[in-house]
Amino acid sequence: MNARREDRRARTLLTPEGLALPITLAPRASRAGALIIDVMIIVFSLVAIPLLLALIVDGLFDDSPLARANVDDRVAEFLGILAILFAFFTWYGYFLVQELGPRGATLGKRMVGIRIAARGGARLTPEAVIARNLLRDIEIFYPLITLFVLLVVARNEAPIGILGWVMTGWFLLFLLFPFFNRDSLRAGDIVAGTWVVERPRTKLAKVLSVEGAAKGASDVTGVRYAFGEAELSIYGEKELQTLERMLRESPPEALAAVHETICRKIGWDPGAGDERAFLEAYYAQLRNRLEADLRFGKRKADKFA
Amino acid sequence: MKAPVISSWFGRGQGETPPDIESAALRSDRFRLEREGDWKRLEAILVRMEKGGLRRIADDDLIALPALYRTAASSLSVARETSLDAATLAYLEALVQRAWFQVYGPRTGFVRWLRDFLFGGWSRAVRELWLDICIALFVMVAGTVVGWLLVAQDEAWFYRLFPANPGDVRAPGATREQLLKSLEHEEGAAGLAGFAAQLFSNNSGVCILAFALGFCFGIPSLLLLVHNMALLGALLWLFNGQGLVVELAAWLSVHGTTELFGILLSGAAGLHIGRAMAFPGKRPVLDAAALAGRRSAVVMVGVVIMMVVAALLEAFPRQLVEDTGSRFIIGGSLLAFWLAYFILYRPAPRAAEVAA
Repeated sequence: MNARREDRRARTLLTPEGLALPITLAPRASRAGALIIDVMIIVFSLVAIPLLLALIVDGLFDDSPLARANVDDRVAEFLGILAILFAFFTWYGYFLVQELGPRGATLGKRMVGIRIAARGGARLTPEAVIARNLLRDIEIFYPLITLFVLLVVARNEAPIGILGWVMTGWFLLFLLFPFFNRDSLRAGDIVAGTWVVERPRTKLAKVLSVEGAAKGASDVTGVRYAFGEAELSIYGEKELQTLERMLRESPPEALAAVHETICRKIGWDPGAGDERAFLEAYYAQLRNRLEADLRFGKRKADKFA
Repeated sequence: MKAPVISSWFGRGQGETPPDIESAALRSDRFRLEREGDWKRLEAILVRMEKGGLRRIADDDLIALPALYRTAASSLSVARETSLDAATLAYLEALVQRAWFQVYGPRTGFVRWLRDFLFGGWSRAVRELWLDICIALFVMVAGTVVGWLLVAQDEAWFYRLFPANPGDVRAPGATREQLLKSLEHEEGAAGLAGFAAQLFSNNSGVCILAFALGFCFGIPSLLLLVHNMALLGALLWLFNGQGLVVELAAWLSVHGTTELFGILLSGAAGLHIGRAMAFPGKRPVLDAAALAGRRSAVVMVGVVIMMVVAALLEAFPRQLVEDTGSRFIIGGSLLAFWLAYFILYRPAPRAAEVAA
């Protein structure tokens, strides 16, 4: 089930060199999470920090020229303008500057491990980033604020008529937009030609064929495992890569089970105690054989092929 | 996925020396060990680029970046044909993708983009929207006429357009003196700056709305234009009744030439997107929408700047300059400036932009 979901989010990106790179679209849940984090950061810095500053100033300088009662009207007005401009530029600048940066992601997106990219392998441009962020306003914030205002109006017993439903419908339309297309694009993504993808983070794993029984004899028993043609022709690439993953990650108990399965399949008598060495040797020799076939253009996808 | 997020924030577990190349039993592992150094160098450069821009990277590394990227890309295509090591393939795919984002990422930062935008990019984008601007202009004129005619036929429309506002004298039945007084300047400059900031915030909100509504095939953008201009038409009718239309026009023109121009551009930008989606031509709808969206986004950034100018004009000169002639001169010269900037100012685009 999980694998099938991953499949549905897999896309291919063609680089200018003609190389097809697999990319994964970001799940909608992480995008929502990223947005919530971002909005929380903005709201916090727009509301909490000025409030805190005001409190500190009020408290510290009770009878100084900086106390609120003593501040000139013009100074207060100037500060008010600064606050409005600060809010405006924070609101738009936060997304713009960060998404144009080398990571292509806001703080929230970075935390959940996603970034924006141009659809279909084109270059991401400043215009695209601006377009997708301007549309965010009408998608989410404009209807939310209107709904909030309507709520206040309705509380004061003024009639708001059908407008409430209209705004709710608008809000839901854009909120659910990503569910109605294959690439889970929101309206801003469509207009800007962008999509949101997962940021890959894979470390280079160890080389398996330089250690232990892959090279020679087992450390435990000193036995040198050698497999013949018949024993190596049973499995294909899929099984090989499963075995590789298990050798890298799995605990000894799981390896023991695999060891037993393989022994039965190739007709050996499964012993005990030296499972890892056996699997390392089998992995190295199976891979050697499959890669030799590969060089001659013969692929064996799995054991049924 | 095994908690990679947190662990990568702290120290990176590096410093292991790679094993000897000759010790590898498999040919594909020897291939990997031979090239591993380049991959790791590329990864280190990428990490630094992602962290903090280009300044922290040595020139040698920066020059090597494209070559390292191509090495990794060709390693990947060779490995796909010769190696069955899934972990190495996954690592290479991720590495090439990350490098691709940097090598083919946004070419300019925000500041550089802003400079290009002011010196040519903006007026070019506006000229590209000429058809939409013509349509939007027609709709705006039509909206004004409609507002005038509606109110002229039935005064009740005036109250429908302007919901009752107790303090406002601007209503049918107002005397000439009352109307004239509403056009006069206010005492001193106190409070005007705050007023300007508020106006700016409000007006640019309306413009962004007009742009964003273009997404619904442009119809709501046009409706918004009609509605706004109908208000203007009604106001014109009201002042015409007392023979004050010239004074009203002067009063409006101070900031109105800039503000209405801005609204015109944002409506046109919205319409441009809507038109591209309704009539995408030979392109797929999504591509057409994206192309139009990027073009109009440039115009919209300009509109926000125009709104700043308009708000400043509305708050200061309009309230401080009283003379009808002076008001016309301010408004007219701004209109001339915008027209000249958009139509006559045509610097050659930079070479990089032509290539992009």
